[in-house]
Amino acid sequence: MNDRPAPPPEKGFFAKAFANRSFVAGFIITALVAAMALLSFFWTPYDVTKLIIADRMQPPSATHIFGTDQFGRDMLSMIMVGARNSIAVALVAVGIGMGIGVPLGCWAAARGGFVDDALMRFNDIVFAFPALLSAIMITAIFGPGAVNAIIAIGIFNIPVFARVARAGALAIWPREYILAARAAGKGGALITVEHILPNIANLLLVQGTIQFALGILAEAGLSYVGLGAQPPMPSWGRMLFDAQTRMVVAPYLAIVPGMAIVITVLGLNLIGDGISDTLDPKLRRRR
Amino acid sequence: MISFLLRRLGSGLLTLAVASVVVFAVLEILPGDPARLMLGLNATEDAVQALRVEMGLDQGFLVRYFHWIGGLLSLDFGRSYTYSVPVLDLITERAAVSLPLALISLALSTAIAIPVGVFAAARRGRTADTFAMAASQFGVAVPNFWFALLLVYVFAVWLRLVPAGGFPGWHAGLWPALKALILPAVALALPQAAILARVTRSALVEVLGEDFIRTARAKGLPQKTVLWRHALRNAMLPVLTILGLQFAFLLAGTIIIENVFYLPGLGRLIFQAINQRDLIVVESVVMLLVATIIVINLLVDLSYAIVDPRLRVRA
Repeated sequence: MNDRPAPPPEKGFFAKAFANRSFVAGFIITALVAAMALLSFFWTPYDVTKLIIADRMQPPSATHIFGTDQFGRDMLSMIMVGARNSIAVALVAVGIGMGIGVPLGCWAAARGGFVDDALMRFNDIVFAFPALLSAIMITAIFGPGAVNAIIAIGIFNIPVFARVARAGALAIWPREYILAARAAGKGGALITVEHILPNIANLLLVQGTIQFALGILAEAGLSYVGLGAQPPMPSWGRMLFDAQTRMVVAPYLAIVPGMAIVITVLGLNLIGDGISDTLDPKLRRRR
Repeated sequence: MISFLLRRLGSGLLTLAVASVVVFAVLEILPGDPARLMLGLNATEDAVQALRVEMGLDQGFLVRYFHWIGGLLSLDFGRSYTYSVPVLDLITERAAVSLPLALISLALSTAIAIPVGVFAAARRGRTADTFAMAASQFGVAVPNFWFALLLVYVFAVWLRLVPAGGFPGWHAGLWPALKALILPAVALALPQAAILARVTRSALVEVLGEDFIRTARAKGLPQKTVLWRHALRNAMLPVLTILGLQFAFLLAGTIIIENVFYLPGLGRLIFQAINQRDLIVVESVVMLLVATIIVINLLVDLSYAIVDPRLRVRA
């Protein structure tokens, strides 16, 4: 009979993550931004579709804490609705990258040989195109707008995730439990789903937060040059573009959306740092 | 070594060839007939057709592709539809702005990032390290075009030290031209420096834990020598990789930054050419950028072999 006391249950991943300061800070920031975006669906301090020219370009005050823009729209409300746009674009772009990139990377690792070579060459080619340049070309072909911005950013997430998934999977394949699974007659696809994916999920999560943050920056860049979400849909990049010519009289117009971008990206990067520290204190993010 | 070089060169050329097909094919599906766009809505069908023949647009895909590639190889890039000048002249004129801009930013970013990374790694875990890494975390999150706007506000509008935008041209003298490039270069460099500093630090922290560093210290070498001569050299691989990637990023980053500062560089040229459907310009500039990036990646890979002889066999 086994009468030894059971070992203490290993602390779960999230319990460990919440002991990490970076993760907690990042989590709080990101949760606040997400909550703000969600809230904007039901309530904003003012209506962002209503133009009140009499109230144009009012500096921050008690009635408009971030001031108003050139059309008299409340900046706080614009930031809230803009958060929706930024998050949606970046999140779906990460989804595209993961959804296509991870299966490709796992397939290459499982098959090796020609499939692997072809995939890596394909990656090299995509990496040779600066993402921003290609995003501009894609939005120029299909027209500007949030959906095309998502596709443009998403396409360039594919090779990133393919590379991470492949590298992670290649490190797992030589392990003994994989050999055992193969001996049990499991095929490559089943092994990938049952054994490889759970073991590289953390790596993918870290890369996911990095690409999410980069996606927010990319979306801001695209909408700044007029290729992202189109007016009247508020977007942070577009707000910065509008602020540029009015900065001398109203610097807050440029400061507020910029800070929104910085804080959101900072929050996501802190989460990523926190997760990778938790997984492996030796593994520091290389970026 | 030779076979490694040849193999690497071969795969670089293959990537280049496939990339050229991709660029050409993508622009094929760009909506809008350039001939129609050039002549305007009132042009007769005959006139448009005549121009299409003149521009070679009536020929098949493959014929035009090989014509274009042949031209690129013999440095005949064709004529711009909108500017009516040879594309090569346009590119050299604009590259005289973008290339110095990218190089200055790269130099700035390296000059800031490597000392900061080394400094932080040497004081790992202490206040200076925490502070440097918090600052770099912030730097990574700042969009370069927003940082550019803030720089313009402080240094051009408020302090009136430098122009807010525009470029006087190199013929106006070295100083006025450099003055116009300072803010854009700083705006491009800072976020890159933040990334590079983090990479340098983490690579160095790893190397500093190795046995040969302990040996070097045990020999009584001063900290400075250990850090800069022994450790940094061994931490160069990831740093070089990121530097190569960053140059590509800087070249592309000029598209937005040149728009902020109204600089007549390659980025602005490509942006305007896309809007005006000046395909021949878009094709040539994109191909040039892609080729530059492939060549840089090739050089980075080759430099690995120089920095770390163990890699000459693999890869």
